[in-house]
Amino acid sequence: MDRALSDYAMRLGDDSLILGQRLSEWCGHAPMLELDLSLANIGLDLVGQATHFLMLAGDADRLAFHRDVLDFKNCLLVEQPNGDFAQTIARQFLFSNWQELQLRELSGSANETLASIAAKAVKEVSYHARFANEWVVRLGDGTDESRARMVQALEWMWRFGDELFDVDAQLDPLIAERIAVDPRELRAEWEARVTKTLAQATLDVPVPRRGARGGRMGHHSEHLGHLLATMQFLPRAYPGTVW
Amino acid sequence: MYTTELEDKNKKPAPREVLVAEDPAKLVAFEARVAADEFIEPKDWMPAAYRKTLVRQMSQHAHSEIVGMLPEGNWITRAPSLRRKAVLLAKVQDEGGHGLYLYAAAETLGTSREEMIEALHSGRAKYSTIFNYPTLTWADIGAIGWLVDGAAILNQVPLQRTSYGPYARAMVKICKEESFHQRQGFEIMTVLAGGSPEQRRMAQDALDRWWWPSLMMFGPPDDNSPNTAQSIRWRIKRETNDELRQKFVDVTVPQADAIGLKVPDPKLAWNEARGSYDFGPVDWEEFYAVVRGEGLVAKDRMKARVAAWEDGAWVREAATAHAAKHVVKAAAE
Ligand SMILES: [Fe+2]
Ligand SMILES: [Fe+2]
Ligand SMILES: [Fe+2]
Repeated sequence: MDRALSDYAMRLGDDSLILGQRLSEWCGHAPMLELDLSLANIGLDLVGQATHFLMLAGDADRLAFHRDVLDFKNCLLVEQPNGDFAQTIARQFLFSNWQELQLRELSGSANETLASIAAKAVKEVSYHARFANEWVVRLGDGTDESRARMVQALEWMWRFGDELFDVDAQLDPLIAERIAVDPRELRAEWEARVTKTLAQATLDVPVPRRGARGGRMGHHSEHLGHLLATMQFLPRAYPGTVW
Repeated sequence: MYTTELEDKNKKPAPREVLVAEDPAKLVAFEARVAADEFIEPKDWMPAAYRKTLVRQMSQHAHSEIVGMLPEGNWITRAPSLRRKAVLLAKVQDEGGHGLYLYAAAETLGTSREEMIEALHSGRAKYSTIFNYPTLTWADIGAIGWLVDGAAILNQVPLQRTSYGPYARAMVKICKEESFHQRQGFEIMTVLAGGSPEQRRMAQDALDRWWWPSLMMFGPPDDNSPNTAQSIRWRIKRETNDELRQKFVDVTVPQADAIGLKVPDPKLAWNEARGSYDFGPVDWEEFYAVVRGEGLVAKDRMKARVAAWEDGAWVREAATAHAAKHVVKAAAE
């Protein structure tokens, strides 16, 4: 298959996979049982999407379990650690609001497989975005402590937002062919959504800062290597086995 | 599952005499309804001892579902394929859902979820001993699904006809999901048992470690089970511990044979006359030690649950505070 298309499918798949992996770390440790269920449910949706996207890119398990950091193409945002619940929510808030727009557009892709994966996933992700938005409002407009934690969490995550809208030489031809979404066209709507929810949460929009970038090219934060070490342990330790 | 009495074996059974305090006419009517297999509903009159037994049993069951998320959650991040990861996430999510249904059903008896959770964290309430064993390898995830959920099914199927309506209805929902849990576990074991020598070793080792604790899940032998008689009379329980244990052995041994794993019991033998397997004695000293909190990872399990609860307190407070503000706003408008 066309290298550019498979790279694109990997970007999409890796975003979902890495965030799904992160969310699954919460299992059994969430602040209340209802949140255990929601986080597991979102994680499950994301792992499902990742499987479909990576199947388009090649052998999904091979890609998930046998690539190293330099070959992962997820954005830096999704690999950020869970931190406290506010940090998990801040990450989900920035990502799901973007992913929903991205999938909505992708469901009109000239590539039928991408379009059909996106059409199914966008329904799941609109729930993820709603969940994150509601929690941003609850925590922002909750107690003094929750507000302070939410502010701090947004401070941590904010610099990873810009990367979501980057376009590079690999993406250009796919955008021209209407296979890939042009993320620049999503920015205004994303900002409007994020700003609206922050207002409901009685929170200020964090001041702009220099965006952190590199994930799409395999230049990640230190966190990804540890995540992969955990996730890939079994297939790596017992090569050539079926599970 | 997890509905066996986890009381100390020296504790005396709830004597019939405690019932003397109850209104005799009401008690007779109640027992007649139960004997006729009618469901008792939250608003109906019930003996205090019935209510107490149910709260204990249902909250213990709920706690087991929640604590049970930990040993399996331990492997979600390391599941060896995308499909296994998705299936395990779905399974553990189901278990959390079971906990929710059960807490809700138990709340109909007048005890709040917070009270029940507090009882768990303080050590007053118990949960199934099985979750105080560690999950060492991926094969343990197979063994838990196959054996632990398998035992749960046998325990829970009769509870769909238990006398307390909300409990019975929760069980109907739960039982639908348990057979999927059991199948995915057995499938993991089947693949490992037919895999590489290392995988086979993991599978056999998991069966070696989980077999006896699984038999213990049905609770102490009938002659040492303080509350069984009363619970059966009240249709809180419908089969005795030993009956269920025997069923489990009879169902599970042929499954182990089918995938070429050996059940770690030298006394295990088919008894033609009984049409059942004879099996060796369970180490009840170990069981009571684990009930007392001496399981290898018992302290880790409680530490994890308490930490989740305490670290999450600010989130629950924020949700409450936010909801309260909105009630005030709505009232002002
Ligand atoms: Fe159960
Ligand atoms: Fe369950
Ligand atoms: Fe289960």
